[in-house]
Amino acid sequence: MLAGQQQRLQEDIRALVGRHGRDRSALIPVLQELQTTHATISDYAMQVVADELGIHPAEVYGVASFYAFLRPVSRGRFVFRLCGTISCELAGKARVARQLENDLGIRFGETTADGRFGLEWASCLGMCDQGPALLVNDRVYTGVTAEQVHAIIDECKSTFGAHAPEAVHS
Amino acid sequence: MIRVNSQKTPFTFESVERESGLRTALAMSRADIIGEIGACNLRGRGGAGFPTGTKWNLAAAARVKAGGTKYVVCNADEGEPGTFKDRVILSGHADLVFEGMTIGARAIGATLGIVYLRSEYVYLRPHLEQVLATRRENRLLGTDIGGLAGFTFDIHIHMGAGAYVCGEETALIESLEGHRGEPRNRPPFPVDTGFNRQPTVVNNVETFAWVACILSRSANWFKAVGTATSTGYKLFSVSGDCREPGVYEFPLGLTVAELLEKVGGQDAKAVQVGGASGHCIPASEFGRRIAFEDISTGGAVIVFGPGRDMLAVARNFMEFFVEESCGQCTPCRAGNAKLLEGVEMLQRGECSMQYVQELLGLGETMQLASKCGLGQSSPNAFVSIVKHFKDEVMGRTSAH
Repeated sequence: MLAGQQQRLQEDIRALVGRHGRDRSALIPVLQELQTTHATISDYAMQVVADELGIHPAEVYGVASFYAFLRPVSRGRFVFRLCGTISCELAGKARVARQLENDLGIRFGETTADGRFGLEWASCLGMCDQGPALLVNDRVYTGVTAEQVHAIIDECKSTFGAHAPEAVHS
Repeated sequence: MIRVNSQKTPFTFESVERESGLRTALAMSRADIIGEIGACNLRGRGGAGFPTGTKWNLAAAARVKAGGTKYVVCNADEGEPGTFKDRVILSGHADLVFEGMTIGARAIGATLGIVYLRSEYVYLRPHLEQVLATRRENRLLGTDIGGLAGFTFDIHIHMGAGAYVCGEETALIESLEGHRGEPRNRPPFPVDTGFNRQPTVVNNVETFAWVACILSRSANWFKAVGTATSTGYKLFSVSGDCREPGVYEFPLGLTVAELLEKVGGQDAKAVQVGGASGHCIPASEFGRRIAFEDISTGGAVIVFGPGRDMLAVARNFMEFFVEESCGQCTPCRAGNAKLLEGVEMLQRGECSMQYVQELLGLGETMQLASKCGLGQSSPNAFVSIVKHFKDEVMGRTSAH
């Protein structure tokens, strides 16, 4: 990482800590926002967060690696999370999964080479009556069919960089 | 507000006059509020069914440690597979939930409320923040709430980060404090030593909404519905092989068959009640009642049609638990992995009856020896599917 980038990251983290406070309870909100703005939580970022909150970096790594929505690896600007649980399975998630792999050109657990798209399974998304359900960053798609996958990916490409929390799409 | 197509019956929540429950509560003593909740025998709507009045009584009696405050926490970490009623409540009736939290704060003497919202529901947050802002404007949150001098209470939203185990109340509190969501030893219980080591009440979203209804309508109104030990109405999240999946309100105590008739799932071969951690009920037992004394549930009902492969269902549930076990205690961490391995052996048709018996024994060990509800309940689905569908799961050939 370049010195200038490191400095920007430090400033960003200090600003986040300024807003959320130095209590241990600020750790997860700080990591969540950091991930939203930087798409990843790097080793260096975890070190800076640890210094700012006065805790050991291993503590930060322990938390960052525990939660499914908070992992210390880059997973892409758009993270596709297909609901893997039973109701979505009954509703036909397998074909959607296959088409996601085909259209993104990656397997579950992988990120595209350009860093734009990540693909993973989610535990229940709470859309069991409208499956298969797919979460793309903050946006929920319900009743997804294999045929629609391509359009959803296109939609991401055209709104690249836009992250506004959104309503439910079906 | 987000679009939700899930509601299939009218909810009592719609007919209850807003803030009338809070008004009533503010005119009552703390003991009387808790007495009312205790008298109607409201039990936790998240699934565990702990009596809400008892919980509040303990928190009200607990002493605050120096310089702190008591807390009211709303558990909106609805992660149980097949459960989505809290999403619908928060989308359409958030004001009632916040009203219930405020009544809880008054009852136990808390000054801060926290909604622990699962990150999968982050799109609900702007709506919830807006409802909270309106409540602050209307002096339903803040200082001297409802004109009652000295009653100070506010509610914050805290986002979860994707961990099923955080639905367990002590894991939720660990997460609120910025730690890994690993359940604590109990005792001490959160009512005594909870968030920031202070007395904390953790209740499900739906429980708070019913609190507001009960204070508005009376304990007797609530008690008149349901069975003697499972009073009142309950919301059900219905999904799977039925004509009308969605969220329904029914009185507790109805039979599985009655429920299936209402949702258009009469031809089901089995129903999973209580989500992944619940039990699989075969058609021969559809006469059983959905109530705390028979089939206990947080309201998840997953319907399996005639053609479904129950072993594939068991596999899906076990994959879920292997992924979501926090890994802290051995029975859960290792046990779920062994059960999943067992399901895979059954699928390949390579499992002896003796090994199946050993797996059932392992399930019993997990139920007894796991530290929290996750590990204690994770074998339920496997055990009930193997028990009820032995003929279907044994001796498979690759053609299956």
